[in-house]
Amino acid sequence: MEKDSSPPRRLYSILIPTYNERLNIALLCYLLFKTLNDLDVDFEVIIVDDASPDGTQDVIKQLQQIYGDHKILLRPRAAKLGLGTAYVHGLQHAAGDYIFIMDADLSHHPKYIPSFIRKQLDTNADIVTGTRYLKGGGVHGWDLRRKLTSRGANVLAHTLLWPHVSDLTGSFRLYRKPVLEELVKSCVSKGYVFQMEMIVRATRKGYYIAEVPISFVDRVYGTSKLGGAEIVQYLKGLFLLFFTT
Amino acid sequence: MKQVFKFGAVVGTLVALWIGLLLSPDLPQSFSLILPFLPVYALVALGCYGLGMVGYGLMVFPTCPHESILLQKDIDEAKAFLKEKGVDVAYQ
Repeated sequence: MEKDSSPPRRLYSILIPTYNERLNIALLCYLLFKTLNDLDVDFEVIIVDDASPDGTQDVIKQLQQIYGDHKILLRPRAAKLGLGTAYVHGLQHAAGDYIFIMDADLSHHPKYIPSFIRKQLDTNADIVTGTRYLKGGGVHGWDLRRKLTSRGANVLAHTLLWPHVSDLTGSFRLYRKPVLEELVKSCVSKGYVFQMEMIVRATRKGYYIAEVPISFVDRVYGTSKLGGAEIVQYLKGLFLLFFTT
Repeated sequence: MKQVFKFGAVVGTLVALWIGLLLSPDLPQSFSLILPFLPVYALVALGCYGLGMVGYGLMVFPTCPHESILLQKDIDEAKAFLKEKGVDVAYQ
């Protein structure tokens, strides 16, 4: 039969760290299952919740009843422990050979997942990263100050680091599991810088990185912040990468 | 090679070229007059390039207002489904 000659099916693990995202995670799960059930791929959703006080975990348990607790895995942690370790924690429970990472706040839409998968199959890339700054991508919901900061940060990073990737701080990505495991161990930064550190270290290690355009709609529910402290953190991270990679 | 050394190599090459020019005799006088100020020109040019790139980036900044409308539709659809299943989707 045709089915027997086809290669073994791949399992995609979708890793989502959350903190106070009770509404967004429910909406996101609906959109994930809607997209991926149409696509006919095997997948699991792994949610790492850092003890959200708003009842995020209760909502996730309700979602498990709808979609099945073999499809949605809740792997909580006892306290807010940071992004890098959330990925390490989630990876320990991931059965897939390919790992998606995305934000829970709906700024990353699951409808782009098929184009990540297709790109990876076409190019056999180690990492497929979503970019907002190539043709077909875009950002919605940023004011002039936010755009200016973003462009300034980007020009600075490209001048100093020569990274060959157009969108350094994007966090909608598809990794081969061993690649993500290796990278996450060598990254020390927090916040925005973490995603940049991951992709810069990946280019230095010679991994093949492909890009797909995505649109980014700034969060509808809740607040995203970018203040002086974040900018200082970014600059520190930039110089760290300049001297250590 | 660490990025700082790659970067340093480029800067070092440029400085070496400049010193080479400074030491070479028989340059036209018009050129040897501006020669000592070339690094300043280079810095200013780099700054202008940076500002220009930021300005250009802002000018062509890709936006996607229609995506926000599409997302809102998806959110409404998701809310209707989740409400029917008894998931609490109130936002406080």
